[in-house]
Amino acid sequence: MFLGRVVGTVVSTMKDAALTGQRLLIVQPLKPDLTATGKRLVMLDAVGVGAGELIYWCRGKESSFPFLPAEVPTDNTIVGVVDDLHLEPSR
Amino acid sequence: MILARVVGTIVATRKDPRLEGFKLLIVKPVAPDGKDEAGYVIAVDTVSAGSKETVIVVSGSSARMAEGCKDKPVDASIVGIVDTVTLNK
Repeated sequence: MFLGRVVGTVVSTMKDAALTGQRLLIVQPLKPDLTATGKRLVMLDAVGVGAGELIYWCRGKESSFPFLPAEVPTDNTIVGVVDDLHLEPSR
Repeated sequence: MILARVVGTIVATRKDPRLEGFKLLIVKPVAPDGKDEAGYVIAVDTVSAGSKETVIVVSGSSARMAEGCKDKPVDASIVGIVDTVTLNK
């Protein structure tokens, strides 16, 4: 799983039936020091996050598991909101 | 999932029989602000997307969870047509 920040939303009317009712958010992946890394991605939201929140997300087929037994076609899903983050100083 | 723009189509006569009847599109990844990004992807279209439309592409094994793609040799599917993208201020 990886850290990210919610930076936007996507609206889509014509979509896979299994995506109905799901929120589509744009997330900027972050490094542990909270600097941006990589491209911004579209993700589903399994926990109910808000704009600008620091979150963690999972990748791959596992990202559809929060929605079981529905088979939701997603490869990135937000699975948690970060309350606090502590990083050991690098040696 | 990534945002992408439909830039072309693919016609294939000789292909895996499980892909028969699928519409194959060439899509180019775009950033949320609409700028093109590097590379191209060939994706199966499950939502009847059209030329130049911005779409949502799911890749990897999750692509097989799109409608009608179960147990098909597919690793990228178009699962939505984007109406609007809003970026936080």
